[in-house]
Amino acid sequence: MSILVYIEQFDGKAAPVSWEVLGKARTLVDQLGGKLAAVVIGAGVEGVAKEAVSYGADVVHLVEDPSLAAFRIDPYAAVVEDLVKTHSPKIVLFPATARSRDLSAVVACDLDAGLAADCSDLSLVDGGLAAVRPVFSGNLLTTVRFNGPLAVASVRARSFPTPEANPGRAGEIVKSGPVAPTTGIREEIKSFEATATGEVSLTDAKIIVSGGRGVAKDPELGFKLIKELTDTLGGAMGASRAAVDAGYIAYKHQVGQTGKVVRPDLYIAAGISGAIQHLAGMGNAKIIVAINKDAEAPIFSVANYGVVGDLYEVVPALNAEFKKRLG
Amino acid sequence: MNFVVCVKQTPDTAELPKISAAEAVSGDIKATLVLNPWDEFAVEEGLLLEDRFGGDVTVVTVGPEKATEALKDAIARGVKSAILLDDPAFAGSDAWGTAAILAAAIKKNGPADVILTGKMSVDGNSGLVAPGLARKLGATLLTQVTKIVDISGGKITVERMLEEGRETITVSLPAVVSVSKEINEPRYPSFMGIRKAAKAAIPVWKLGDLGLSAGAVGTGAAKANWTDVRKPPARSSQVVMVKEATVDATAAKLADLLMAEKVI
Repeated sequence: MSILVYIEQFDGKAAPVSWEVLGKARTLVDQLGGKLAAVVIGAGVEGVAKEAVSYGADVVHLVEDPSLAAFRIDPYAAVVEDLVKTHSPKIVLFPATARSRDLSAVVACDLDAGLAADCSDLSLVDGGLAAVRPVFSGNLLTTVRFNGPLAVASVRARSFPTPEANPGRAGEIVKSGPVAPTTGIREEIKSFEATATGEVSLTDAKIIVSGGRGVAKDPELGFKLIKELTDTLGGAMGASRAAVDAGYIAYKHQVGQTGKVVRPDLYIAAGISGAIQHLAGMGNAKIIVAINKDAEAPIFSVANYGVVGDLYEVVPALNAEFKKRLG
Repeated sequence: MNFVVCVKQTPDTAELPKISAAEAVSGDIKATLVLNPWDEFAVEEGLLLEDRFGGDVTVVTVGPEKATEALKDAIARGVKSAILLDDPAFAGSDAWGTAAILAAAIKKNGPADVILTGKMSVDGNSGLVAPGLARKLGATLLTQVTKIVDISGGKITVERMLEEGRETITVSLPAVVSVSKEINEPRYPSFMGIRKAAKAAIPVWKLGDLGLSAGAVGTGAAKANWTDVRKPPARSSQVVMVKEATVDATAAKLADLLMAEKVI
């Protein structure tokens, strides 16, 4: 294998960014030669392995055991490290989710390989990986190059398009079991409390509607209106740091330098002035819409469409219009 | 119980946008340097754990002499001991090199039960030192930690915020714990603390003190290198202002424009 991609699954469902990474890896392998391998670890996850074939993997290593049902670092890392030692890929790629980010770091550190975290682009230069990642909290970019036989990178969601699945595609599924002892594992998951079902995560969202300091007059109503528009559009709700610091909304919604970095197709900023720290988190959105009472707000200088107006009027009006169009 | 907090001196977040690519490459940054904002939460949690479980907190950093200021900031908040790890051989270390230096210092300082770090540095942004440190120390790793529930019987139980929800997990000690912003509200340096920090004698440990070889750390050992540091391309969009006679008409026009962009 020339590239190995780790497919993250939770409860038997693949994290969508896994397919984005696999799709990009496919184009890299087509230049590099060799085979594109994927690894799926869990219990009862053969369906995810089949999906990996349909998204472009030549070989999928399906590693199943009841002890691997939930993600734990030690047993999962042992599996990936064993595959790397056996098959010597040049590149190993991971989605940059919380769990996979940890796994990528542990695997790379154990194998003494260089790692570029949270990459936004990948390419090959002289047959070696060149990984672009934001640094200085999105204010600078760098291209990471690697010393040594193995390069490891984790890739942010929505950096690459989801490839088209081809259910008829041929690929080999190689089944195996755990590598490390299945008892005496140092990590024990006590409980898991899932967030509201159907809630779209900011990093995976195609559409984000965010609120900022502009909701100060009535934060509860402001975010209620923003939530209604978000739901109509099937998107995720975001916020500026100002809105989070003021206590209008929870930190998990914060977009920007000290919050989440997002890359939606559409970003609607309602009552957000557009501080440079906020732009560092959403400047890569395909289309930005700014709704702000202040015609001089800096957000308009990065927006594609702007409305000067009161968000308490514009947001519900926009919601009504989209409801008409989307049925 | 022994707690170690690993910190970094970084540019002030408010000044990050002013930093040029050349400054980032040379390391000669003109912006105000502060205790990495994410590390404030780790320092605070160290102090809270000291109160809850007893023991000592040591703060440690890898950096040049001026990085002493970041350690003094932690002392001013209430940390009693600090160590600076400074040697020309450390320069240019990647995350694994930095983790190796910190791991050697933690071993030399005496057995640590919980090693705390911030989520990531605001300059390097990799968040890799915590996992690197865990592996070099043979410790367990906990990231995205929003609450330390308990430490007892050689184990630590924490809550972590993951994409799909909140996980409660117990792992064996020693553990490297990377904390998230939700974990606490960092205290400010106190007046008495600032006076104490000004007078504090902070030991400096060098390569030889840590029993590391020069080839194991620094530029030569780095497996990942930054090249072509640059400003991200500016958005080239020209804003189209939408303004019709009424709010409803404006909303209708904007909705049409966005439907035409095929982003909905």
